[in-house]
Amino acid sequence: MTDAIPMLEVRDLEMHFSIGGGVFDRLRLDRRGLRIDRPVVHAVNGVSFRIQRGQIMALVGESGCGKSTVAKTIARIYQPTKGEIRIEGEDVAHYGFAEMLPVRSKMQMIFQDPYASLNPRQRVRDIVAEPLLQQMKTAADRKDVPARTEQLLAKVGLNAEHAGRYPHQFSGGQRQRIGIARALSVMPGLIIADEPVSALDVSIQAQILNLMMDLRDEFGLSYLFISHDLSVVQHIADTVGVMYLGFMVETAPRDVLFARPRHPYTRALLSAAPSIKAKRDTEEITLKGEVPSALSLPSGCCFRTRCPFAWDRCAAERPALRDLGDGQSVACHLVDEPHRDTV
Amino acid sequence: MTTAPTDTTLLAVRDLRTWFHTFSGTVKAVNGVSFDIGKGEVMGLVGESGGGKSVVGFSILGLIDSPGRIMGGQILLDGEDLAQASEDRLRQIRGREISMVFQDPMTSLNPLHTVGQQMDEVLRLHTDLDAADRRTACIEMLESVGISRAADRLGAYPHQFSGGMRQRVVIAIAMLARPRLIIADEPTTALDVTIQSQILKLMRRQIADKGASMILITHDLAVVSEMADHITVLYCGKVVERGRTRDLIETPAHPYTRGLIDSIPDPANRHARLKQIPGTVPDIRNLPKGCNFRDRCPRAQALCAEEEPELRPQNAAQWAACHYPLMPGDSA
Repeated sequence: MTDAIPMLEVRDLEMHFSIGGGVFDRLRLDRRGLRIDRPVVHAVNGVSFRIQRGQIMALVGESGCGKSTVAKTIARIYQPTKGEIRIEGEDVAHYGFAEMLPVRSKMQMIFQDPYASLNPRQRVRDIVAEPLLQQMKTAADRKDVPARTEQLLAKVGLNAEHAGRYPHQFSGGQRQRIGIARALSVMPGLIIADEPVSALDVSIQAQILNLMMDLRDEFGLSYLFISHDLSVVQHIADTVGVMYLGFMVETAPRDVLFARPRHPYTRALLSAAPSIKAKRDTEEITLKGEVPSALSLPSGCCFRTRCPFAWDRCAAERPALRDLGDGQSVACHLVDEPHRDTV
Repeated sequence: MTTAPTDTTLLAVRDLRTWFHTFSGTVKAVNGVSFDIGKGEVMGLVGESGGGKSVVGFSILGLIDSPGRIMGGQILLDGEDLAQASEDRLRQIRGREISMVFQDPMTSLNPLHTVGQQMDEVLRLHTDLDAADRRTACIEMLESVGISRAADRLGAYPHQFSGGMRQRVVIAIAMLARPRLIIADEPTTALDVTIQSQILKLMRRQIADKGASMILITHDLAVVSEMADHITVLYCGKVVERGRTRDLIETPAHPYTRGLIDSIPDPANRHARLKQIPGTVPDIRNLPKGCNFRDRCPRAQALCAEEEPELRPQNAAQWAACHYPLMPGDSA
């Protein structure tokens, strides 16, 4: 299985955004005279991972950690600063719009907000058929589209009479189903789902997660699943990547990660997650302070400003992601010096 | 359930009905809700969107605007009925006796005033401290919610704080006049999980230190189960179940409560499908006859379509509004 070409492979992906407005906004006067600042948001800093066919990879992390930027860069909503994005082996990182069009039949996206991601002026059938029509240029192909649209709606638990309605006539959960039908329309191998259930009530959330699992089993889909909710991730993911400040700090198969988290940030994240279970057997790492600005990354380890274990090496040297066996990789100096792992 | 309030009861809500008269019909957002909160207790108010949980909070503070109206019921704060209180009296109570923490710390602070001015206002209105004492009190309060260099930060504007820090400021403002009741409406929903745990710990400590009570309004059962002494579950504007936190989570009696708990992914039972509550919340302007939950309920029978269930005691400390409540050990 590992020899097969992965559905998605991302290598050293970097995404930096220049901010700060025009030249005069960025003009600064200091001791050495006038200069023009070039403030850059380091949203994603060298992220690598791969997703095999039929696998679900989850990216977790707090707001601002770059997980959504990774998703949008892979979907080529952004042009990556550096790195490779291989869809079934084909590097699409620097493709133009026209070159991307055939790739989009292999890769579709589901968005967080089911209210903002559907065009309020389109009927459901037009929303669902749109990606399909983009891919089909001849009238002969297009003749099947209406039938196909109805099949898709049935697949996601809506019926034919819904096809003529507008998005505002649906609840949040139903809208998310429409978004899923739209993503499925071109039979992609990879679906990028950016917080697909976080805007939904918990009972509806379960419906959508079940639907996504069923579709995965039926069509052999791969998902890149972005979420901040660890209980959802633990349920749905095969592998989990933990991001902090644009860095991947730990990746591991789900069971390994939740049983033996190694990076201090992962450990803090797991111990901070509230649970309805009475007893907590997880260790308690409480983080102080907040995530530093991605405008000026800390030297060395990205997490050292909040890490309870940090010592001078962490400020001097940026830890690389290293394989620890069992598919687990961690970017932390504690791996070398485990005796420091005491608060 | 309708026992008389005792000495240890701080707030007793009785048969509260808050309706909104809209062009497309009357929305009975809160329709006959009753509960008690004891002194020093934390009550969780849980439900899905549209359940009426926020409207309960706003009703207690008298913050219901037209087209909404409190149509009936009592809100007894130490025996005084706030549903009948004048606007002047309510203004004295807000911030002094009862204060509120809202979901979004971005919008609940005034962007045009410094944090110091917004804190000072509470003390100016509700205490007779002089300016210097007020400033000292503000600094102490900011420090107690974990904001360093508090004296400097008084001059800062809300946009200069991060989301978590802003929510700390909001909590500081809410605690400032030492209110007896704090209504926290989704106080951590907009925050990240590590910041959420900081804020929840802070709120728990503040409540315990000051001996205040709290209504914690949230959709997140996990948060409520870690914070609350007892829980009230709302569905379509009515209480469907209430009881002590552990009882309610471990042996829910109402199928809706059970459904909410089962919808949370269970790490021990992975690869199983999640148990989902089928269907969606019915249109509150057009509720079904009988039990509001019957269309989604796996236990519904003929009686459920005929007669609306009353909130009845299931055991000494748990009430549920269901004709066929779950017994401990029943499968859903």
